[in-house]
Amino acid sequence: MEKSIQTKNITVKVFRFNGDTDVLPYYKEYKLEVSQEDVVLDVLNRIKWEHSGSLSYRRSCRHGICGSCAVKVNNKGVLACKERVFDLIDLFGDELVIDPLNKQRVIKDLVIDKKDFWDKYDAVQPYLVADVEEEPEKENLVTPDEVEKIADADYCIQCGACYYSCPVIEVNPEFIGPAAFAKAYRFTSDNRDDAKIERLETVSQMGSGVWDCVKCFECAQVCPKDVNPIDKITRLHQQTFQEGVAESNVATRHAVGFKHSIEQHGFLDEGGLVFYSEGPLGMVQHIPEAVNMFKNGKIPMPWNLPKSKNLEEIKKIVKISSTAKF
Amino acid sequence: MAKKLRYALYTGCTAKESTPELLKSTLAVAEKLGIELDIIEEASCCGASHLQDFDDHLSLVLNARNLCYAESREAPMVTLCNTCQLNVSMTKNRLDFDNKLKDRVNQDLSEVGLEYKGVSDVKHFLYAILEDYGLENLKKKIVKPLKNFNVAPFYGCHNIRPSSLHGKNNGGENPYVPNSLDQLIEACGGKPVDYEEKNKCCGFHADLQAPETANKLSGNALTGAVDADADFMVTPCPLCHLNLDVKQKKAGEAVGREVNIPVLHLPQVIGLALGIEPEKLGLNHHVVKAVYF
Ligand code: SF4
Ligand code: SF4
Ligand code: FES
Repeated sequence: MEKSIQTKNITVKVFRFNGDTDVLPYYKEYKLEVSQEDVVLDVLNRIKWEHSGSLSYRRSCRHGICGSCAVKVNNKGVLACKERVFDLIDLFGDELVIDPLNKQRVIKDLVIDKKDFWDKYDAVQPYLVADVEEEPEKENLVTPDEVEKIADADYCIQCGACYYSCPVIEVNPEFIGPAAFAKAYRFTSDNRDDAKIERLETVSQMGSGVWDCVKCFECAQVCPKDVNPIDKITRLHQQTFQEGVAESNVATRHAVGFKHSIEQHGFLDEGGLVFYSEGPLGMVQHIPEAVNMFKNGKIPMPWNLPKSKNLEEIKKIVKISSTAKF
Repeated sequence: MAKKLRYALYTGCTAKESTPELLKSTLAVAEKLGIELDIIEEASCCGASHLQDFDDHLSLVLNARNLCYAESREAPMVTLCNTCQLNVSMTKNRLDFDNKLKDRVNQDLSEVGLEYKGVSDVKHFLYAILEDYGLENLKKKIVKPLKNFNVAPFYGCHNIRPSSLHGKNNGGENPYVPNSLDQLIEACGGKPVDYEEKNKCCGFHADLQAPETANKLSGNALTGAVDADADFMVTPCPLCHLNLDVKQKKAGEAVGREVNIPVLHLPQVIGLALGIEPEKLGLNHHVVKAVYF
């Protein structure tokens, strides 16, 4: 008996731009029949082989391991060689729009210049820093538990899907970005590495470092290898406190301030938290907003501040469950 | 509906402080719909996705403790803030899948006579209405449809991403094309408008240390909604609300535009359509006034 292969008809709009001939980029539309076996790369290959030999895109391994084929389909970052077209049809319907990861950095069609990505990747020293003897007498043992700590961070294939989905990258070109942070964590959590402190100092710089992440979870959502970069960012935050690298600034005081506020009120003392984080001078910049908030009944008076019932219990929990110092 | 819906309400801090109108309107809507909300007055702050950067264990224990008080009420927990929803469900997820971690947390909780069991679900009010109460039931109660209003849904990150965490409590919302709020706006008689930023970040969590970033992200969202011809925006998250409403002027300036668009909380929109008076929904608390109502 013949195996029946289910197929669907789709319309694919592909971003096209050739700097030599085009003034502006445009979308070219192709109609294709796809089967449940097809991944996005099959679609691109067929367009190139059957419709338009000039279409440019990156691919190499076709096995989800080289990281070269990432593109966006209907704004979702995907590895072209891994993402099934049928899954995309489930999400978006039968019209798919294929874009480069970043339209501002296009070299040709779907091929972009990833220099910014690689520069930041280099900034965290993406390699083991250790004095390794050339002829070691014994093995350098790493326990399974230690491997588990870094395993998912180590699965990163530098495809850039997270980096070019990160909203902070779009507005702050200094921001190191999710992939490089995950890589930094991969080494700060490797007990053979000697550059932990240096790395933590790099990633905790204000303006470029982990404190500038807005915690949007785009990176966790998009990553085709489940690296979960925002989780690694959280752990880097924790490590900067554990290793005494965290300096006292508005961001660190803000994180720590939650503990104090919870200890005192159970709930947040929002005004008190901003004051603790900013200090009296920094507070000045918030005055216009505070006045506006006050006028609209958004700032409770100190005697009206909500307090939790069972506050004593919360105080006790804060005492016995605290594990970090600052 | 066969059974009366009953939840343990975790208000979070913001609904008790800088967005009092959120709590007020939630309670008014619940009353009107006959949903019982039992406020967890014993609760503490969830850490707002900042505490765990400093002390992960403390954050876990505090959130587990809050869940204990939903469990003792034998009710699912309902949240009013996307970030509360994220922190509580992340805690729940970690404890439910890691017995060693759960034991460690329970050891601390036992000192105050509590035990986290993992028997209460947690969902945001938006999805309680959508999934449990049901849009069809809601539609039957609409007496003042928001006719002729273009409404811009602003989803907020922590209800929709990561979908691996939220999927089972948000009706499997597609984070790239979310539509729950769109549906709700339609059920209330309004017209949802589409714009690129509706599922993007408002930048709230970097407000203090990176105000330029936060203002630009909020500014993009606001201008996106304005350019899509929205009369007002609606969000299920009070933190997004603070950035989009209280900081609207600065956010507009950051993207070189003067913006003036009211931003409503989700239960305010439902409440208006249910015919609840605007004062009871706290519309007077907004910085940018919703002059239409
Ligand atoms: S969570 Fe942080 S690093 Fe990840 S995409 Fe969002 S802003 Fe970027
Ligand atoms: S973290 Fe994931 S999305 Fe980011 S570069 Fe690595 S593999 Fe790609
Ligand atoms: S071609 Fe190598 S990851 Fe897709």
